[in-house]
Formats: sequence, C-alpha cells, structure tokens
Amino acid sequence: MAKVLMKGNEAVGKAAIEAGCRFFFGYPITPQSEVPEYLSSELPKVGGVFVQAESEVAAINMVYGAAGAGARVLTSSSSPGIALKQEGIGYISNAGLPAVIINMMRGGPGLGTIQPGQADYNMAVKGGSNGDYHNIVLAPASVQEAVDMVMEAFDLADYYGTPVIVLADGLIGQMMEPVEFNYVCKKELAPKTWALTGKGDGEKHMVENLVIEPDECEAWNKKHFETYAKIEANEQAWEEFLMDDAEYAFVSYGTSSRIVRSAIGYLREAGYKVGMIRPKTLWPFPTKAFEKLDKKIKKYMDVEMSMGQMVQDVAYACNDKNKIEFYGRTGGVVPAVDEIVEFGKKVMGGDK
Amino acid sequence: MAVIFQKTKALTDVKLHYCPGCAHGIVHRLVAEALEELDEVKNAIVAVPVGCSVFANKYFNFDAIQCAHGRAPATATGIKRVHPDKMVLTYQGDGDLASIGTAEIIHAAARGEKITTIFINNGIYGMTGGQMAPTTLPGMKATTAKNGRDPKINGNPIRVCEMLSALDGPVYIERVSVSTPAQVTQAKRAIKKALEIQRKGLGFTFVEVVSSCPTNWGLTPVKAMEFVREKMIPYYPLGVYKDITAEEGK
Repeated sequence: MAKVLMKGNEAVGKAAIEAGCRFFFGYPITPQSEVPEYLSSELPKVGGVFVQAESEVAAINMVYGAAGAGARVLTSSSSPGIALKQEGIGYISNAGLPAVIINMMRGGPGLGTIQPGQADYNMAVKGGSNGDYHNIVLAPASVQEAVDMVMEAFDLADYYGTPVIVLADGLIGQMMEPVEFNYVCKKELAPKTWALTGKGDGEKHMVENLVIEPDECEAWNKKHFETYAKIEANEQAWEEFLMDDAEYAFVSYGTSSRIVRSAIGYLREAGYKVGMIRPKTLWPFPTKAFEKLDKKIKKYMDVEMSMGQMVQDVAYACNDKNKIEFYGRTGGVVPAVDEIVEFGKKVMGGDK
Repeated sequence: MAVIFQKTKALTDVKLHYCPGCAHGIVHRLVAEALEELDEVKNAIVAVPVGCSVFANKYFNFDAIQCAHGRAPATATGIKRVHPDKMVLTYQGDGDLASIGTAEIIHAAARGEKITTIFINNGIYGMTGGQMAPTTLPGMKATTAKNGRDPKINGNPIRVCEMLSALDGPVYIERVSVSTPAQVTQAKRAIKKALEIQRKGLGFTFVEVVSSCPTNWGLTPVKAMEFVREKMIPYYPLGVYKDITAEEGK
C-alpha cells in the first residue's frame, strides 16, 4: 500500500480497521476527538459499529461487553478520560479479555491542559485500576509507529488476553506524517471459544469478575501473573540509537524521544559519545536493553514530558540509581532541542 | 408417569444463596421460564449486576457476564452490538440501576438499545447490609438513614419507570410485582412480552419488579410482602408506562 499523509488520530483509527477491528465505543475529548470522528464515518462503511457513549465509564464498559462477546474492540481517549476508564480496564483485565485502548496524553493532573504530555506513565504502566494487574503498554514515537503499534496491539491483546494500551500523546495525535498500512498478524491466534455468543447446543459461556473465595481469587491472580511472565520474557521492545560506541545514554520514549534524537545529533557533532535507548514497550519495560549495556554506560539521561515517572523503571533496569540524571518538562510543555543539549552537556561535562 | 410440571431448564441446579423470602428466586424463575417458552435459552446472554444478584450468572443456565456496579446496560450494549441476533438482558437491583448506574440505564434507553432490562426494586441495598437506596421510601429505615429516610436530609426516591417513559428510546416499560400469585402471573407476562419485543428488534424494553427484602427490612417474608402491597406499590404504582406496540395496534 502506498504512503498517504494522515493526521495521527485518523491514522490510528484506520489502523484499527485494517487490523480487523469493527467496534469502537468512545467519548469526545481533546486532543483525540478525531479518532471517534473518523471512526464514526469509516466503521459503518466496513460493516462496523461506532457508538458515542454517554461517558468514558460507559464506553469502557461497552468495550468490556464487546470484548466478552468475542469482538476486536477499540476505545480511545486522553488523560482525564483514561482516568475515568480505569474501572473498566481493571474488569477487562481481571476477566482476561482482549481490548485496545489508545491514550493521546495531555498535561495533568485533573483537567490539566490540552497540550501534549507524558504524565500518564504511572497510570498506564503501574496500574490505575485496583488490584494486581498489568496492561501491555506500547509507546509510539511517530504516526507510522502509532499505526503499527495499534495493529500489533490487537494481536497482543488476543494472544495474551489482556488490555493493551497504546500510549501516545497529543502531538502524535495532532500531527500529520506519511504512513502506510501493512497489517500482518504475527501471532497464532486461537479461536475465541470462550466468547459470549449464546450457548447454542453446547455449554454456557461465562465472563466472571467476582472470585469471592480468597484462595480462589489469589489463584486467579497468579494465573494472570503466569501470563505476565511470558509477556515480560517475549514482548520487550526498544530501539537503540547510536549506542554502539556510546558512553552516555539518553532514555526517552514517544514524543520526547524525537527531541532527544535531534539533540543527540548536536551532541555528537560536539564530540560526545552519546546515544539513546528508546523503550517501545513501557510494560514490559525493556530491561534486556540495559542488561547488556550496564557496565560501559557512565550515565543514563532520562528525558520525559513528566516529572520523572519512568525514572524508577530505568533505575531498576540499569541496577544503579546513581547513574541516572533526569530532565523533564510537564503540564503540556514540550521541551526544546536546546534544553536537551544543555542538559546533556551539563551531565557529561567535558567528557568527550 | 406423565410429567405435569418440571423446573425450567434455563436455571441451573446451583443452590441459590438468597435469604428466605427474597423475591430474586421468583424473578429468576420467571425470566428463565419466559426464555424457555420462547425457545431462546440457547441465544440468551445476561449481564448481571453488583448487588445481591451478583451470582445470577451461576443460576441462569445460559451465557452470562458479571458487570461493574451499575454498568450492565453499557456492557449489554457492547454485547448486543456485536451479536444483534442474540437475546441480551440486564438483571439489576435498585442501587445498581437507579444510583451508581443512572447514566448507563438512561442512555441505553435513550439510544433505544435492543436489550431487555429486568429491574428489581426493593428499596434497599441488600448485599452491603441495608443502606439507603435511591428507591428507599420516605420514612423507611436504613443503616445510613437510621431514623427513616427524611427527604429534606436524604433526598427523594426515584421512580424509574416514570422517568424512562419520558424518553423516546424505550418501546415497552412496565412495572410489576411478585407479592401475590396474580402479580407473579402478570410479571411473567410482562417479562415475556419484553423479550418478544426484543426478538422483533423493536427497541429497548424495561420491566421493573417491585420486590421485598425481609432481611434488611427487618420483617418476616410474609410481612415483607404485605409491606410491598401496602407501602411500596402505592409509591411505585404497577402498570404499563409505555408500549409502542399497543399504540401501533390502535
């Protein structure tokens, strides 16, 4: 398929359709409203269903029902809306159902701002709903990668039976880039024999959420954690940028990693041996990327559009919290390249 | 020997956990019998609530999903949109439907979702132990309104059938009870009619069952049914609140 110029929010909608998603339940919120707008006109053309829900809470519980019924299903929102969806995300997770949730993050907390942010890292990666659970969290840094990750998200969700969050931000949602759509399912997916379809002549299907006996509830949790262990073993993804000779490494994801990439160009020109580890999965966090580098990297420079929500994960991954320096802007402020260059020079000093 | 009566196959043999005198058992059976008589057990999917009937999925012998508190109409919407040819029901209590799930039931009704909601109204939170419900009558005692519900302090009850019948989306709304044999017969008729309307794909159908909670009302089962007749029904009058099919028949 030839490349087309598309706005991020519309491109992720098209990506979902290309991946076989026919059901979307959502609610308008800036800066992602083009996702429901696009799907409201495009889904009916392919026999799909778009429902504008009365709230984010209702939307995610519609997703719960559609996922239980065996469908590939999507919802999208932005930070405060994703906060509202946490109830349903927990239920979907507990029931072991597949669903894809796109978060075009904006500055917070509360109503915050409508400008791009990355301060929902903890909400996505560390939980957000109640109980012990994980979401798979994918972090695109371009419109093309958002497209690819939305497609992959459906396969991961179906394969592991978990919610998958595509954690982008308002900048990726609002900007236009050339994209192509080449969906190929890379997972061997089992038929959804558990789905609510009516029992017909067979046994009834049940999607359960209450496990009232503590021993059974613990066993239920542990079964999920067996799945999470497989995900941690198999699905870590990251990009290494100019890391071959690097003595210093930026760690950054999504939109902030684009700015870091430009900053690295200037720092390399100035003679610094610096590269970047860019996590593409935030959960599972790509600890494998750090295991092989640990000894030779002098400092890890974490750059985020938050007050440092990823820092603890980087510290855990590199196993030396003293090696970490952080620079962040928050509340909808996107850092400039100059700021990152200055931060890098300050950390690295004259060490070229 | 000829079988003149047998338990509906749309209920499992799992032992009900409900208190003595609770009407959930009656209403479960009516829903199950109605589906069986319509030969729709194989096509039925029920969204069950948080509340005393949270385990209804174990009692109904057809597909079921346990929903978040109040969200059954949203979850049922998701299911029905995926399987428009199946019979999709929600079974909800008054705290679930008329308090925490008010938005979900109003909007499912307003959208005209082609589902059937069975609403059990006994004016109290049962599972959590007798707290005030949105439908607790004025003067009725609850653990969070110990001197009885005072509308000046605790607000007023909600009449759900009356409220939903103001919307264009629903096609059939009826309030029934199960405090007498005649009422039980009428309740079953209403549930069956709602399901038949859903099968025809005509729109949203809603049956409220004015019910009892002997345990949390502090009454014997017999006295609780008397309370339904003497106090609950006067506040929540029985009858058809909306029926597009009857209007079309005129």
